[in-house]
Amino acid sequence: MNHHHDAPKLSDTLTEMGSLAPRVMRPALVVGVLALAGAIFLGMREGDHWRHFSFSWLVSFAYFLSISLGALIFLPIQYITRASWSVVVRRLAENMAMALPFMIVLILPILLNLEHVYEWAGEHRHHLTDELAAHKAPFLNSTFFLVRWVVYFAIWTFMAVFFWRNSRRQDHDKDTAITLRMENFSGPAIILFALTCSGAGMDLLMTLDPAWFSTMFGVYFFAGGFVTFHAVMTISTMGLQRSGRLEKIVSMEHFHDYGKLMFAFTFFWAYIAFSQYMLYWYANIPEETVWFLTRQSGSWGGLALVLAIGAFLLPFAGLISRFAKRNRGLMFFWAVWICIMQWFNIYWVAMPVFSPEHVSLSLLDGLCFLAVGGIWLALVVRIAASGNLVPVGDPRLEESLAFENA
Amino acid sequence: MSQTDDRFYGLLVEFDDAHTLVDACAEVRDAGFKKWDAHTPFPIHGMDAAMGIRGTKLPFIVLAGGLTGLSLALLMIWWMNAVDYPYIISGKPLFGWPAAAPVAFELTVLFSAFASFFGMWGLNGMPRLHHPLFSSERFARATADRFFIVIEKADPSFDRDQTREFLTTLGGTAVEEIHDKAED
Repeated sequence: MNHHHDAPKLSDTLTEMGSLAPRVMRPALVVGVLALAGAIFLGMREGDHWRHFSFSWLVSFAYFLSISLGALIFLPIQYITRASWSVVVRRLAENMAMALPFMIVLILPILLNLEHVYEWAGEHRHHLTDELAAHKAPFLNSTFFLVRWVVYFAIWTFMAVFFWRNSRRQDHDKDTAITLRMENFSGPAIILFALTCSGAGMDLLMTLDPAWFSTMFGVYFFAGGFVTFHAVMTISTMGLQRSGRLEKIVSMEHFHDYGKLMFAFTFFWAYIAFSQYMLYWYANIPEETVWFLTRQSGSWGGLALVLAIGAFLLPFAGLISRFAKRNRGLMFFWAVWICIMQWFNIYWVAMPVFSPEHVSLSLLDGLCFLAVGGIWLALVVRIAASGNLVPVGDPRLEESLAFENA
Repeated sequence: MSQTDDRFYGLLVEFDDAHTLVDACAEVRDAGFKKWDAHTPFPIHGMDAAMGIRGTKLPFIVLAGGLTGLSLALLMIWWMNAVDYPYIISGKPLFGWPAAAPVAFELTVLFSAFASFFGMWGLNGMPRLHHPLFSSERFARATADRFFIVIEKADPSFDRDQTREFLTTLGGTAVEEIHDKAED
């Protein structure tokens, strides 16, 4: 700890949403609801049993789900490592994770239309000629799928509420025993998260192609979500600072750490994506390579190349230096860039099932993004507005305020 | 003091807490000394700024090492598989980039690690088996519970008496002249 520069104090800045909450929530909700209405209108006009709508919705739902899941796993990681740097910004992650229980509403459009999204739930399910897909029937059926999602949401809700409520309670009583209790639960929480996050990623996106399988898919879904989560943290912290909140107390040192994590998980995502690809490329077994064949042919192949360069090489080179991680402008640019690229990553995974021939970006995709995103943002802001933006009772808060990268 | 002057290395000042040391470092820095150093039993945050240490050029050495490893790996795989011993294995192209990527990745990491390890040695003037500071018994506690600043006589602003005078004002617990006792 540095004894020299006086560490910033909480009283130096605003630590509550206050008047900012309605100014963000209202437009977000208006945009979300209007986009939803537009998407419903366009989806209905397609006359395809909501298939196009459901796929567009699925992409953006999976995207925002992965961000909230990134926030959810961020919390036990901080507690189990007894991290102090992150304390001052941890409440932001707690609020994003706390959106999870409400997101069960956002998955309804998919759950209600399973038979037109997932081949294994459709009317041709009994005629799946594919051996592999047929053998998966005990796992891939509508009932068990619904049961799994109830379990996922039950576990996420329990975790999110546990970390959120305990942290808030500490705001008032400053009881250090609460921190110890959260540290103790963090080990089991990480295991529960690994199982449910992998399962959710596989269920939601991998089973769109019922025959295909990848044991790495769960990690792939997590890696994309976790890097996006850190980008969203960067953007929201900067946004709050622009409005006069969290100024000074969140310093360049904290942004430097956001940068390190974005850099590391950009590479981790690419490492996982490539590992998944290379093993199938090398073994060259048709039922495994077919997934990649669709996604590297024609314009899908073009998008794959855009992802390799845009979601990996460019942010990797752009964030490698200490200079970039400590430059607000560059950090903002790369955070926004990563958010865009990771949406396209999920698009590239899911959409070829709907449109195997070519990339078919449509207004519906954009409207679904705005609908899910607007509602998600309004939710998070609503949750954030109900308390402090900083865990003021955390015993490691002072260390976090004085934090410096060596 | 029986040593001759050419064995005189510099002046050592001892502190018993990190706080005073960091303040003292800032004063030495502001006094314009160049050839001096601080020794502590553990890393102290804010030390680099207090000593006026500028960024290291090590990252660029590491980058050069990494790029060398990457290029060498690709060149090696391409030459071995596509030129020197072309052999078709399960219908794969002679040079397929996915197959080359793991090796390219590993060699990039290996060369980066070498560059950072040996680059750090080079920048720090290592390996070095002896240092005049080892002649001071007091200095042995630099790895336990004492903090030190050393100003070398090689510093252009060094003056044996004036600098000694200056060092006594820094709040240290002792000032000592360092004479290299190593056998020639």
